[in-house]
Amino acid sequence: MALTQEEILADLADIVEEVAGVDKDEVKLDKSFTGDLDVDSLTMVEVVVAAEEKFSVKIPDDAVKDLSTVGDAVSYILKNQAA
Amino acid sequence: MAVIKEKRGAAHTRILGVGGYTPSRVVTNEEVCTWIDSSDEWIRTRSGIETRRWATPAETVLEMSVHAAGKALAAAGVSGDQLGAVIVATVSHMHQTPALACLIADRLGTNGAAYDVSAGCAGFCYGVAQASDMVKAGSAEYVLVVGVERLSDLTDIHDRGTAFIFGDGAGAVVIGPSDVPGIGPVVWGSEGDKYGAITQTFAWNEAPEPESEAEDGAVRGPFLQMEGQAVFRWASYQMAEVSVKALEAAGITAADLEAFIPHQANMRITDRLVKVLGLPEHVPVARTIAEFGNNSAATIPMAMERMLEDGSAPHGGLALLIGFGAGLVYAAQVVTLP
Repeated sequence: MALTQEEILADLADIVEEVAGVDKDEVKLDKSFTGDLDVDSLTMVEVVVAAEEKFSVKIPDDAVKDLSTVGDAVSYILKNQAA
Repeated sequence: MAVIKEKRGAAHTRILGVGGYTPSRVVTNEEVCTWIDSSDEWIRTRSGIETRRWATPAETVLEMSVHAAGKALAAAGVSGDQLGAVIVATVSHMHQTPALACLIADRLGTNGAAYDVSAGCAGFCYGVAQASDMVKAGSAEYVLVVGVERLSDLTDIHDRGTAFIFGDGAGAVVIGPSDVPGIGPVVWGSEGDKYGAITQTFAWNEAPEPESEAEDGAVRGPFLQMEGQAVFRWASYQMAEVSVKALEAAGITAADLEAFIPHQANMRITDRLVKVLGLPEHVPVARTIAEFGNNSAATIPMAMERMLEDGSAPHGGLALLIGFGAGLVYAAQVVTLP
């Protein structure tokens, strides 16, 4: 069953906390990964790989470049998650 | 009709000796930060690199190779004229032809077969695989494999993404016959669909017009460039799978290892590989990138020599080697340390 935006955000926040050591309460839709959360480009890859496993989505390298905010990532997963 | 006579070589092979050459010039992160807008802390966090070694003009790919090869031959107890072949892995011998290997062979006193391998940072492991097969096939009794680079010549010191990564250096091993298995089956391949992930800024015959603002009007480059995130993902995750296959092919498990010597591309990649592999804590891991930077084909033999010298890895211990880089190409094998 497809997840809602809120569920995706909650799970993604857990991933960002575990992989990047960012407090999950900080992980909000309007936060930018690099600017606000201090997630560097390589850590971003680790977040993406963990998200691919968690949500069963493919996030190719070309798409990673466009995920600048948490909201971008949540929207991408929402749109591409397995129905 | 006459039948072609075939040749058989040794039943088993091993690395008989290793040697390295570390260039004299230490380039600190502070110096790098005079070229790019960065900081020591930023570079360390992204790459684990504290210093890198750059060659002086006298430290040519030939001189560094001959020095490293001399040490490897001495350690192996093999003389230069016993070498049936010399394989050189490099991307920074600036002649398309002839091969650097021919000059090295000549300096070492052999007329054995000599050729260069273009397999980027996987070049050394490619060479080890070929050398082992040559000794088993009877094509040569002793083979020298050299990994050598002067990546400083291919580094754009103003590129914030790569200026801090690359270094220079040489490492060599002598491979020959053995009473017991000492080099496991190679697991190797290429992914040409990622040809552009690590490449040079332009082809040698396609040099752009000099930038008018360049101080001396000279053409800058070609330089190495890479897609950092794509390479990081490929190296950190897919190369862990290749590592597992190499262990399986050799019939051992990660717990049997006494050294893990991955190509020193980036400390973060090494950390990831260790984690994804589930490498037991007792297995020492090569981390020479902190001191030497990424010198492509030279990282693995230089790290091997260092780990044996400082005692972190035992002579005769089992080590997993994995090289991966431009192509994209990769190769991994389990070896017995000399």
